[in-house]
Amino acid sequence: MKWISDSRLEHLRRVALQPDFSATKYELVRELATGGMGTVYLAQDRELMREVAIKVLNASATDDDSHRRMLREAHVIARLEHPGIVPVHDVGTLPDDRIYYAMKYVRGQRLDEYVRDVRSVQERLRKFQSVCDAVAFAHARGVVHRDLKPQNIMIGSFGEVLVLDWGVAKITREVADPSEAETLKISLEKHRTAEGDETTTQGTVIGTRNYMSPEQAHGNTSLVDQRSDVFSLGVILYYLLTNEPAPPQTGSSFRRPRQYGSHITKQAEAVCFRAMADHRSDRYASAKELSEDVGRLVDGHPVSAYREGAAEKLLRWAGKNKFLILLVLSYLLMRIILAFSSGR
Amino acid sequence: MRNTKTDPDTDIGGAGRNFPQTSRSAIIGVRSDDPQLRQRAFAAILDSYWKPVYKYIRIKWNADNEDAKDFTQAFFSSAFEKNYFADYDFAKARFQTFLRTCVDRYVANQRKAEHRLKRGGGLDHVSLDFGHAEIELAQHPPAPDLSPEQYFEREWTRNLFTLAVEALHTKCAASGNSTRFLLFEKYELEDSVNTVSYDSLAREFGLTTTTVTNHLAAARREFRKILLTKLRDATFSDEEFRNQARQLLGIEVK
Repeated sequence: MKWISDSRLEHLRRVALQPDFSATKYELVRELATGGMGTVYLAQDRELMREVAIKVLNASATDDDSHRRMLREAHVIARLEHPGIVPVHDVGTLPDDRIYYAMKYVRGQRLDEYVRDVRSVQERLRKFQSVCDAVAFAHARGVVHRDLKPQNIMIGSFGEVLVLDWGVAKITREVADPSEAETLKISLEKHRTAEGDETTTQGTVIGTRNYMSPEQAHGNTSLVDQRSDVFSLGVILYYLLTNEPAPPQTGSSFRRPRQYGSHITKQAEAVCFRAMADHRSDRYASAKELSEDVGRLVDGHPVSAYREGAAEKLLRWAGKNKFLILLVLSYLLMRIILAFSSGR
Repeated sequence: MRNTKTDPDTDIGGAGRNFPQTSRSAIIGVRSDDPQLRQRAFAAILDSYWKPVYKYIRIKWNADNEDAKDFTQAFFSSAFEKNYFADYDFAKARFQTFLRTCVDRYVANQRKAEHRLKRGGGLDHVSLDFGHAEIELAQHPPAPDLSPEQYFEREWTRNLFTLAVEALHTKCAASGNSTRFLLFEKYELEDSVNTVSYDSLAREFGLTTTTVTNHLAAARREFRKILLTKLRDATFSDEEFRNQARQLLGIEVK
């Protein structure tokens, strides 16, 4: 038998940790990603002959809270039937009592990978608007994501946008079923993702540091609502505009996106900063409002986040009516030429 | 690793190992009055620990090849004869820690007394492949930042996984599934695993990708089962087994 190197030993340890799907209709193919609470595997659905992604509770996360959170995550996603949210197919328990749920396997890129490939700000903004729409849908169903970040957003191979990882979602009180309107009381426990960054923490602090709203960062869980997601969306927008994953701070405020280049308009910067406002009341009231402003931004209409001066209004009008202006100018020029010729 | 004798001069007794495998907790066996049960339990312990103990003595006690062989053989023979392990209390320490303490005490006493080590004892029918262990030690010396204790733990883990891989090999061969093991070996054991894909394996072995998927899934399942069985063999109580599984693999077992 060959010597098993340290790296192979670690690999075999992971192999031994792989879930046993033998009692299910799934056949494990490989590990896709791992996080603090669960690991996502690519598997084959033997009955329907299709690939699925299966999230399995990590073997180390055996406490009741993790178990409950995982099950709850599946339930949260199941109630969010939207093209921008990955559908759950199935929920079950493995022979070792670990919870799993199967969902659609999305082929594509994470938003951070997409940003590396797509330079056009307009295109990025259109994708961002789709993200806002999916989050707005969740908000309308009483669900706050609480961990929005580029790593939790997928751009599918047909350009579709999907918001993933609803593991720390909060169900707000607006929902019909009061039993669901309860934030989990979970002990303070820190997790690390496969990438090694400090991410979702449970209890007082929930979210990912760079994308976390001030109320989340301060552990004011009772203040966390859809505007907290709006803040995270603002940071994502900052990233899409500047390629800067963590907005650098100068004093108590963030560095202005326009400092990264004149291609970033004042309007885009204003939308970004309004979403990222320190105080919740200064932000967009919902992801829907943000989405609408982004839509206006993409279409070249005035945005609610920015009050234009008369000159800017004129410039915008001119920019949108170039043909008309050209026509009028041509006409005037022709009249001048005619007047000049007849005067001679 | 124990099947090929490369140094008959210093092996204990004759070739081969006659003990059947057991999945019962070792403590039941070593405390048993039934000599056969005791021997089986002891064989399981020996299987898991002799090599880490040998390497540990080489490193911690700075013993040369021959001395380390003698100490290892004599230690296990003495442990078997005097039934050291029956005194182990899993509430006080992990078995690895207990075993290391026993080894340290044994080697210290032997050196102090400058006694000539006695070979054989109750284990004269067990062959330990020290030659191979020595080659491993020469080719893969301990990392400088590892303490002898950490090295022992690491080698014990490596030995456990190696035994599980060997057992998987044997089982696949016995059930006419040699291809399954070859696929497992190529995909999970080769250091160049990143360049091996299901598709490339399917081409290489003339199989469909689905068949490769099924073989690998079955091999991994079996590997996990064997590994847990080996771990159970090497532990002294259900509680210790669960603790070890949690520490070693991060998993909960029933």
